[in-house]
Amino acid sequence: MNTFLHTLTDNGELFWRGFKTTIELFLISAIGSLVLGTLLAAARVSPVPILRAVGMTYVQVLRNTPLTLIFAFLVFAGPKLDIGLEYFPSACVALIAYTSAFICEVVRAGVNTVSPGQAEAARALGMTFPQVTGQIVLPQAFRSIVPPLMSVLIAMLKNTTIAAGFSVVEAGAIPQYMSERGENQFATLIWIVIGFLLLIAPLVTLQRTLERKWGVAR
Amino acid sequence: MTDVLYDLPGPRARARNLVIAVLTTVGVVAVAAYVAYRLIATDQFSELRLTQFQYTAVQQELLNGLLATLKAAVIATALALVFGAVFAAARLSDHALIRVPATWVVELFRAIPLLILIFFFYYVPLQYKLHIDTLWALVLGLTLYNGSVLAEIFRAGILAVPRGQSEAAYAIGLRKTQVMVSVLLPQAVRAMLPAIVSQLVVLLKDTALGFIITYPELLYAAKQIGSRGSFDFPYVVSYLIVAAIYIGICSALSAFAYWLQKRMSRSRRTAARPVPIDQAAAAEAGGVGGVGA
Repeated sequence: MNTFLHTLTDNGELFWRGFKTTIELFLISAIGSLVLGTLLAAARVSPVPILRAVGMTYVQVLRNTPLTLIFAFLVFAGPKLDIGLEYFPSACVALIAYTSAFICEVVRAGVNTVSPGQAEAARALGMTFPQVTGQIVLPQAFRSIVPPLMSVLIAMLKNTTIAAGFSVVEAGAIPQYMSERGENQFATLIWIVIGFLLLIAPLVTLQRTLERKWGVAR
Repeated sequence: MTDVLYDLPGPRARARNLVIAVLTTVGVVAVAAYVAYRLIATDQFSELRLTQFQYTAVQQELLNGLLATLKAAVIATALALVFGAVFAAARLSDHALIRVPATWVVELFRAIPLLILIFFFYYVPLQYKLHIDTLWALVLGLTLYNGSVLAEIFRAGILAVPRGQSEAAYAIGLRKTQVMVSVLLPQAVRAMLPAIVSQLVVLLKDTALGFIITYPELLYAAKQIGSRGSFDFPYVVSYLIVAAIYIGICSALSAFAYWLQKRMSRSRRTAARPVPIDQAAAAEAGGVGGVGA
């Protein structure tokens, strides 16, 4: 037990640095992918066919590409194209590009849960597209969007570990450093798991609270 | 839903949509042109960079990578299905002594980042000088994670069969096992098949994590081929080829899942409502709706 504790306390600065980077990566990518994902969803339900096609192609391609491949492309092929990003921005771009495809799908599915009668009634009142979506459909869709949206974000938080394979010193990279220091790997990994559980717990609690609160309202 | 959001466009809306369409087209063309310009300016498709791909040895290398990817995916699928079935059954058990630990196991493995799970089978044996093949480190990690997600899908499938079915089965005197095997399962399988297939797409994509622990799968092969200096580092081409392979296989499987779902929703051979495919899709990127659902 003592060694178990010492694994953390002796390398506190490494764990701290790792999880701090993870959180930064998570926050930047979360905001980025929420914005891009929502825009994509808007494109996918828009009246302009070419916008819909662009949105659909993006989602189809990105959803079927492994995230690791996107990372590898940005880190190894990027510099060959003279778009050499640093490692951290590359990781953000990869996570945003990948996650926004899933967020787009969640938002679009949420829009579909609102009964068509709502939009029809709004249109019958003479509301325009921005009014129908902004005042009638999206506020209602939001309730059913939030729980799956949280799932996607939690998944993204876990996916930040992949950046470890591409020179970003975040939580997933800790084992590699600890291996060089000859520390106990099992204890290290358990501490990382605990760290992630601590990060995920508030998100899950929030998700469940919102689900309970809004689940009944419908 | 999409088409009820707006009225049939009148003259002004048509004009506006046309403007948006033109702007989008311009945007798309601009992006495409920029990408093409970058590709050409840095001469990605030069003779030298392409030569390598005409060699059978290199083609074989890519093929071996693909086979390694598929091998890991197939083994992990088989193990995950077993794991999922066992834990779904345990979670549906009437005995709290079985149900509660199984619930904890399933929730825990879904909450841990997959890469960290894989590291458990990679770094820990490494430290104790035990040799465990990277294939198995990858497969075991994939099994635990996807097995747990599948357990949730199986459970959802069983629970999707209306109560009346099992009540009727108990009423005619069937035992617990009989009810499960001859009434619930056959109906549940139909309901959850699309979700299972789409989870397998996730599993296939996740085999790419093997790259990080140096399992020689497709992505690893692409890196090897791309990093050859004597061919001027054809990273771009090799990654494009690999991306096309992944996208091709995964799209085909996803399309199959959607086809199954469409077919199932017409089927009269099950009373169960289909397990939503998107639950698996949300599970996708990593951890289903969590740790909750």
